Amino acid sequence: MNWTAFTPTTALVGGALIGLAVSLFFVLTGRVAGISGIVGGLLSPKPGDFAWRLAFVAGLLVVGVVAALVAPEMVTASATRGPVAMAVAGVVVGYGTRLGNGCTSGHGVCGISRLSIRSLVATGTFMATGILTVTIVRLAFGGAL
Amino acid sequence: MKNLMNLLSPANSTTRARAFVVGAGVTGILFGVGLVLSGMTKPDKVIGFLDMFGGAWDPSLGLVMVGAIAVHAVLFRVILRRKSPLLDAKFHVPTRTDIDPRLVAGAALFGIGWGLGGVCPGPGLIGATSLASTLLLFVGGLVAGMALFQATNKA
Repeated sequence: MNWTAFTPTTALVGGALIGLAVSLFFVLTGRVAGISGIVGGLLSPKPGDFAWRLAFVAGLLVVGVVAALVAPEMVTASATRGPVAMAVAGVVVGYGTRLGNGCTSGHGVCGISRLSIRSLVATGTFMATGILTVTIVRLAFGGAL
Repeated sequence: MKNLMNLLSPANSTTRARAFVVGAGVTGILFGVGLVLSGMTKPDKVIGFLDMFGGAWDPSLGLVMVGAIAVHAVLFRVILRRKSPLLDAKFHVPTRTDIDPRLVAGAALFGIGWGLGGVCPGPGLIGATSLASTLLLFVGGLVAGMALFQATNKA
C-alpha cells in the first residue's frame, strides 16, 4: 500500500459530487449520465438530440480550463505513458465504450447504483482488464510505455 | 416545483428544450468538478489505483466509486418515485439484462485502454484543455475509436 498517496477525503467528496451530478441529470432528463454515450451521440447527431450533449461536454471543458488555472496539480498528463500509448489507449477506449455501451460513469456509477446486472458485469470486466494491463506494463516495460 | 412542472406543457416546449440544454451543461460542470477533486484527472493516480499488485497500491479512487454510488443509489430511487423527470415525459432507464459478448468484449477493451493510458473519457476531455500533447492524442484516439465503431456497426 502507498499511504502517502492515499487521498480518502477528496476521493469520497469528489465521488459524492459525481453522484449528485448524475442524480441532477436523472431528475431533469430521466437519462443516464454516461460520458462515453453522451460523447458518442455527438458523432451521429439526431435532430433535437445534439445541443444538450454539446452543453454537457462544454461543461467538462470549462472545468478543465478553470482547473488548469486554480489547481493545475489536479489535471496532469501521465509521467510514464508516451504519445503512442496514449493515442492507442484513446482508440481502444473509444471503440470499447461504444461496443460495451458505457464506461466508468454509465456502468460504474449509474448502472451499479441501480444494480444493473449488465453494469456489474461490465464494471467487473473493465476493472479486471485495467488491473491486468497496468500489471503487464509494469512487468514488461517497467511501467513506462 | 409547480413552475418546473409547467415546463412539460406543449406551449413551453421551447423553454423546456432550453432548460434541458442548460441542465446538461450544469451537470457537465458538476460532474467535472467531482472528477477533478476526486483525483480521476491524474492519470498516474489512476495507474496507481489499478496497480494493485505492485506493492505500492493507492486505493483512493475506489472511494470515488463508493461516494458516487452511495449518493446516486439513494437519489435514483427517490427520483424514480416521480411519474416523470422534470424536463421529459418519461424516464429512459436501460432495461436490458442480457450478458452478451459485445458487452463483455467492449468492457474488456475499455479496461485495457484505461490501464494503458490511465484516462477514461471524462477526464480525457477535461485534461485535453491543458493542450498537453499526450491528452490531445488520447482524445483524438477516443473520437477516432468511436467513429470507427459507428462506421463498422449499424445502429
